[in-house]
Amino acid sequence: MFNKKDLEGIAVARRRWQQIFKESVSKAPERLQRFSTVSDRPIQNVYTPLDMEDLDYSKDIGFPGQYPFTRGVQPTMYRGRLWTMRMFAGLGSARDTNKRFQLLVNEGQTGLSTAFDMPTLMGYDTDSPRSKGECGRCGVAIDTLKDMEILFDGLPIDRITTSMTINPPAPVLWAMYIATAEKRGISRSAIGGTIQNDMLKEFIAQKTLMCPPRPSMKLIIDTIEFGTKEVPGWNPVSISGYHIREAGSTAVQELAFTLADGIAYVEAALQRGLDVDSFGPRLSFFFNSHLDFFEEIAKFRAARRMWARIMKERFKAKDARSMWLRFHTQTAGCSLTAQQPYNNIIRTALEALAAVLGGTQSLHTNALDEVLGIPTEEAATIALRTQQIIAEESGVANTIDPLGGSFVIERLTRDMEEEAFEYIGKIDDMGGMVAAIERNYPQKEIADSAYRYQKQIDSGEKTVVGVNKYITEEGLPIETLEIQAELEEKQIQWTNQVKNSRDNKRVKATLEKLAEAAQGDDNLMYYIINAVKEYATLQEICDVFRDVFGVYRDPGVY
Amino acid sequence: MDQKRKIRILVAKPGLDGHDRGARIIARAYRDAGFEVVYSGLHQTPEEIVQAAIQEDVDMIGLSSLAGAHMYLFPRVAELLKENGVDDIVICGGGIIPEEDIAKLKKAGIEAIFVPGSTLDDIVKWVKEHVKPRALSY
Repeated sequence: MFNKKDLEGIAVARRRWQQIFKESVSKAPERLQRFSTVSDRPIQNVYTPLDMEDLDYSKDIGFPGQYPFTRGVQPTMYRGRLWTMRMFAGLGSARDTNKRFQLLVNEGQTGLSTAFDMPTLMGYDTDSPRSKGECGRCGVAIDTLKDMEILFDGLPIDRITTSMTINPPAPVLWAMYIATAEKRGISRSAIGGTIQNDMLKEFIAQKTLMCPPRPSMKLIIDTIEFGTKEVPGWNPVSISGYHIREAGSTAVQELAFTLADGIAYVEAALQRGLDVDSFGPRLSFFFNSHLDFFEEIAKFRAARRMWARIMKERFKAKDARSMWLRFHTQTAGCSLTAQQPYNNIIRTALEALAAVLGGTQSLHTNALDEVLGIPTEEAATIALRTQQIIAEESGVANTIDPLGGSFVIERLTRDMEEEAFEYIGKIDDMGGMVAAIERNYPQKEIADSAYRYQKQIDSGEKTVVGVNKYITEEGLPIETLEIQAELEEKQIQWTNQVKNSRDNKRVKATLEKLAEAAQGDDNLMYYIINAVKEYATLQEICDVFRDVFGVYRDPGVY
Repeated sequence: MDQKRKIRILVAKPGLDGHDRGARIIARAYRDAGFEVVYSGLHQTPEEIVQAAIQEDVDMIGLSSLAGAHMYLFPRVAELLKENGVDDIVICGGGIIPEEDIAKLKKAGIEAIFVPGSTLDDIVKWVKEHVKPRALSY
């Protein structure tokens, strides 16, 4: 990007400056013995054009909306349309969550995002012995289609898109959403949204588990194939690094394992006989935005460039949209502290700013009390306002990729790409991500990083304000939301009522058909939709999967 | 009597919560501190945890919960130990536990609760001060 002669001159000047720098340090030492990111990446004292020596502007950086999309997937980015402000919400019963959704939409939110409770996430009904004590605690409880109908009652699901954070039972919840729309006279081709449906990162990090990796892949490819044919506005999988990072990975591990998961899904879909450009444009991603500002911005830019190269060079995609890495971001839950919780507003604002400067398509900002429980309405509103201030007051959305060309950002982008491709090479050598997971490779890499970071906090090498530095004795008491214990009993009674009013013969017939089809190669989405429309419960359907495909148990690596 | 017997700890994740970063870090810190560690893996029922604790002859059970079901799951483990006639296995817990629940959990037999921000050193120190290998306590 700079001519050779200029670079030579800069190199000489750089050496001379380094000498001056050393002399200054000998008089007054630097603040830290070692400067590094939150992921323990060493950081130089200064970056110069020499750090961009091997970068080619048109080949590696280019323009927004142009390959390799380093600067953004669309030519207009936030000058055209701001990112979608999509706040994750879910609590208690479907009725309670519907109320929260109405509030968020009235406050100007532009997309819905659903959090389910643990039994729903794992494919159990509220009345299962395994669900005891968990109903509605960290999200909404959904047992049957009736709950889904209530959840979206009165919300304009033909106009706003809905994201559902759901993994092993994703095909079932998606089927319920489709059925809800169709009952309201909205065709499945007119709805839009995302199901997370990324099982590989569940085995690696988040650990909502049902069936073993290989049959899980079959279910995911069923949804990709079904979506391609029937629900073109839907993202059937959100390939997620968020949870990998929350489990304690470094930024590069988040980047590498997420894209390696993406590669595994593309390979499996190609094996199914799908054309890469038929499903490629519907693959979406989900990243974490942690506190280390420049490292995070570089990570988002590297992710876009890498995915474009993977889709074009490795999978021979022709449609540019297949090369687009479109992503949702959530600020890092693991960076929040229970101590001095109001500080979390500031952390979240910095992380949200990094996500925006990194070019995210949608964003969830954590509420200040999220480390203590489900957010109160006030806390959730402050979190949304944080995004609105970044979007409409700060001016950062007025020019595209404003940090592109920064020496440090370009160097970090380049280095992280290189290191992540090294990881992907290792995983390829193991036979791909499914095989790597079966030998616990990514799980162990993440556990090592998490342990190292905890040690750095304990020793004070890394600062966490209010936790290992600037500690105040008395925390400010803040109000948290409590979930009523009676909810569980009420939900069980309600689901029993639904079970008593449905046609149990027809339920049984649809479940038997599903079980039969699961033994073969048919796409199971059609069978699942038939079952949910008869009000089969979530667990009745998931038990079919567990019976046919087997149950996966966490190997407990530490 | 074997004076050298190490403290044996079961680190367990009760319920459906999958947040295991804390439990796995604690398991490793206990191991590095010289304790013998059994990690249950995820998604254990209280019954499974108590059964494992008895079978593995542990001196302490460390429970971890970050999804809000601790008020049922933790006391249930204490209750089941009692029902099985065990009164000398120490139980402690950690995770996202609201302040107002801590006293109730202590009353239910959970001897210590470690919330976010606790250091590994403090937790290890607590174990060394409060847990003795059971064979040596007679």
